[in-house]
Amino acid sequence: MKVTVIVRLKPAILDPQGKTIQHSLEQMGFSEVKDVRIGKIIELNVEGEDEPTVRARVEEFSHKLLANPLMESFEIAVDGR
Amino acid sequence: MGAEGINRITRWGVVVFPGSNCDHDAVIALQQFCGQEAEEIWHCSETLPELDGIVLPGGFSYGDYLRSGAVARFAPVMNEVVNFAESGKVVMGICNGFQILTECGLLPGALGRNVGLRFICREVYLRVERSDTIFTKQLEVGQVLKIPIAHNEGNYYLPPAELEELEANGQVVFRYCDRMGRVTPESNPNGALNNIAGIINRAGNVLGMMPHPERRCDALLGSPDGRGIFSSAIHHITENWPCPAARRK
Repeated sequence: MKVTVIVRLKPAILDPQGKTIQHSLEQMGFSEVKDVRIGKIIELNVEGEDEPTVRARVEEFSHKLLANPLMESFEIAVDGR
Repeated sequence: MGAEGINRITRWGVVVFPGSNCDHDAVIALQQFCGQEAEEIWHCSETLPELDGIVLPGGFSYGDYLRSGAVARFAPVMNEVVNFAESGKVVMGICNGFQILTECGLLPGALGRNVGLRFICREVYLRVERSDTIFTKQLEVGQVLKIPIAHNEGNYYLPPAELEELEANGQVVFRYCDRMGRVTPESNPNGALNNIAGIINRAGNVLGMMPHPERRCDALLGSPDGRGIFSSAIHHITENWPCPAARRK
């Protein structure tokens, strides 16, 4: 199954990369962009037939490794859902 | 303190991950400038030799992929490092080592991207916040140390309630300050909350710090300001464990 994990910085965490890009966009004339936040997309190819099982396993390792729960949140999509 | 304990030589392990680059500096700081025994421990080791202390050195373990320290935390050797720390033995994480200690939960918090988005490699000033910890007993409160930092992710973060607890427990050992020891926003190189540069765990036997004391253990290398941190820990060990740990050949 194709699994996508999106990792985001939690809202309370400063995102200096996002800020820099927002400033850059402003200088380019796109001043309507008021906020930019940068995250990560992690694409996985996972063996398994049963979606809930796959999802539970991915959730387990996302919590342990892919995201740092203190600063980041994550979202899992299996086969685009 | 028993005088018989003070002269014994302590034995240290410096964990080497793929991408560590301050491992040799830590070994030399301990051997040459502190007169101790130190050996490198490969990250795949599943057992540890008999040791008095462990250093998780600076560098870019596993290329800093995903997040600094995130992958190193699951290295085979880390189970034993966690057991070692939980048994009350001395563990020091420097720079990337600090990041690994937060990732594996031995220390609270996380180290995010520097506010200025730049890798910073320069001397900073640190104010010693406590002189009654394992790592600072030979230093004085308010003493200013000049020690370099070299990192991209040193922006210490902890949610507000936990930060308050950390401060109330006196777990902050070093703060970024100016030359005069004043903790100011200008002297904060990376945006770390409360200018935090180094912390200990609740039990006090695990230290994590972003600056590199192993690079400042001798006047020839700029200053000896970092040596007091190692010698404090060495003194603590010899005071509390006067007999050497059994040596495994």
